[in-house]
Amino acid sequence: MAGQQTLDIEFRGVSKRYGDVTAVHPTDFAVPKGAFIALLGPSGCGKTTCLRMIGGFEQPSTGQVLIGGTDMADVPPYRRPVNMVFQHYALFPHFDVSANVAYGLRQIRPRLTSSEIARRTADALAMVQLGGFGARKVHELSGGQQQRVALARALVNRPSVLLLDEPLAALDKKLRTDMQIELQNLQRELGITFVLVTHDQEEALSMSDVVCVMNGGRIVQLGAPDEIYDRPADRFVAAFVGKTNFLDGTVLENATGGARIRLANGMDVTARLGGAAATGARVSVSLRPEALRLGTPAGEAGLSGVIRNRIFLGSTAEYAIEVPLLGTLLATADHSAAQSDLLKPGDPVAISFNPGAPLAFPASDNKTTQRESSHVEIVS
Amino acid sequence: MSSAARKRLVTALLLAPAAVWLLLFLVLPFVAIVVFSLGERAPAGGYQPALTLAQYANLPARAAAFWNTLVLAPAGALACLLIAYPVAYYLAIKVLPQRRLLLVALIVIPFWTSLLIRTYAWMYILGGRGIPAFLELVGLPDVRLINTPGAVLLGIVYGYLPLMILPIYISLERLDRRLLEASADLGATPFSTFFSVTLRLSLPGMMTGFSLVLILLLGEYLIPTLLGGGKVFFIGNALVDLFLQSRNWPFGSAIAVALVGIAVVLLLAANRITARLSGARQVDLL
Repeated sequence: MAGQQTLDIEFRGVSKRYGDVTAVHPTDFAVPKGAFIALLGPSGCGKTTCLRMIGGFEQPSTGQVLIGGTDMADVPPYRRPVNMVFQHYALFPHFDVSANVAYGLRQIRPRLTSSEIARRTADALAMVQLGGFGARKVHELSGGQQQRVALARALVNRPSVLLLDEPLAALDKKLRTDMQIELQNLQRELGITFVLVTHDQEEALSMSDVVCVMNGGRIVQLGAPDEIYDRPADRFVAAFVGKTNFLDGTVLENATGGARIRLANGMDVTARLGGAAATGARVSVSLRPEALRLGTPAGEAGLSGVIRNRIFLGSTAEYAIEVPLLGTLLATADHSAAQSDLLKPGDPVAISFNPGAPLAFPASDNKTTQRESSHVEIVS
Repeated sequence: MSSAARKRLVTALLLAPAAVWLLLFLVLPFVAIVVFSLGERAPAGGYQPALTLAQYANLPARAAAFWNTLVLAPAGALACLLIAYPVAYYLAIKVLPQRRLLLVALIVIPFWTSLLIRTYAWMYILGGRGIPAFLELVGLPDVRLINTPGAVLLGIVYGYLPLMILPIYISLERLDRRLLEASADLGATPFSTFFSVTLRLSLPGMMTGFSLVLILLLGEYLIPTLLGGGKVFFIGNALVDLFLQSRNWPFGSAIAVALVGIAVVLLLAANRITARLSGARQVDLL
């Protein structure tokens, strides 16, 4: 097939069972060469299992994993053209930094000359800004530095695919942001396919070109980060990626421009439909906190409530607003002095939103969502 | 009292019982032995003060005991190591976790019976009415097993194997499995992973087991007595002979001091080798 040259990783009907537990249901997906893809989902969604099947540490129960167009069925990890940055790095404690980085180079047959190994090791350390750290012991390094050694150790082998298993989970927030930028730059410079596994939606959205949202062993949505955020495929994605408010309602009429929905408080809104819902069906209407405007009623729809809490976040502030019959809604507002004067806990407030903002999902999705998602989700 | 002074006092009080114990039962007896070793045998046996190195000059008279000990003890420890490693590896890495406890227990259970009784059992198994009698039945007469170096070695391996398995098992059990995956990920074959990661990281456990068994074997008395008869004897047997039978305390003391010296040199060497092979991480053997 002509298309194979441009695909680095392909799953064909891949599934994984452990006994009678299915970790990954039959899955098809393909990663084009040079892409930065994030496998995003809550713990137990099968994302790490997928990554480990690419690395060769798990064998699929059914289906085929292809790397660069070649079936990897009987290929052990040490013969795959991929390298992994392990969670908690898995650096060799009995080697210094250089020996850790050079480890993969030393396995190459026919053997590389020692000057070649030394040169490539030094280059890799320089690339992750650890030039001069070669003689250090691993345990002498900070978490961020260990992370870079793990990255250099994987990249020095010039893999066609780099696998990253929660690489930033152990770093503090500031360092994490720095590494996100660095990883993105590295990926662009090297042109290597990156496959990132994370449960942190912010990390997935900020770094990757493609986000693959998984839940319960299935891919629920595959798309660009803004697509995932703005047009979530179902209620789970809407809840898991970013924060959102869910308002209960019933479909009044279904039109091409969007459905007319009556909310639990009797108000009617027009919403895009994120799934099939017939007239009379119960739906959840998702409204992102940043889509809500606080102040005087404007636009098509208006809700009113009372501010319960104000969570100051620096550049923005979040407000928890109690709306009769709809529950507590979360709203994000740009922080300014005027607003903080105006919006205090206990104050009545009017909430408005753009007509395009509401997105309705069939209410039957509820049960899977609530079990899997640990993220902020406010349902009346 | 300042808090620093109080801390020092508490530390001193906590250490005092162990320090007194070591002083009374290790340091003082050792000093006594060193003093004895520089003396002379009293005409009726025992010790008579003197200042001479004659006892040390006489050490070659017991060369056979030194030779047996210094060959069979390291050989026994090495044999234990070679047999224990695969067992420990299997227990720590290959076996299903739910069976592990049972198997570890099976290794420890022989300790519940006295080594004396278990070695007696071997005496009968290897003795004239044991395996040789069976071999004679199948047409192999005149096989002698008991009272040979081989019998002593067998007794040593049998008696000390658990002491070797446990430290190696612990070091392998603590081995981070992700390091093995990382090694495979970086292109190392299972063979290469074993030698560059598994073996290197279990080296401290191996050295702990080896040192433990070696030290105990250098002073071994029981196994050579029962399975070596009068023919294969260790330094321990020579000491019993000198102190209890011929009552030559100064010469016995000189041998004991020499034995301590040998043990210290062997341990320092083992420690040095381990430290070098397993990276510069601190390795504490004992």
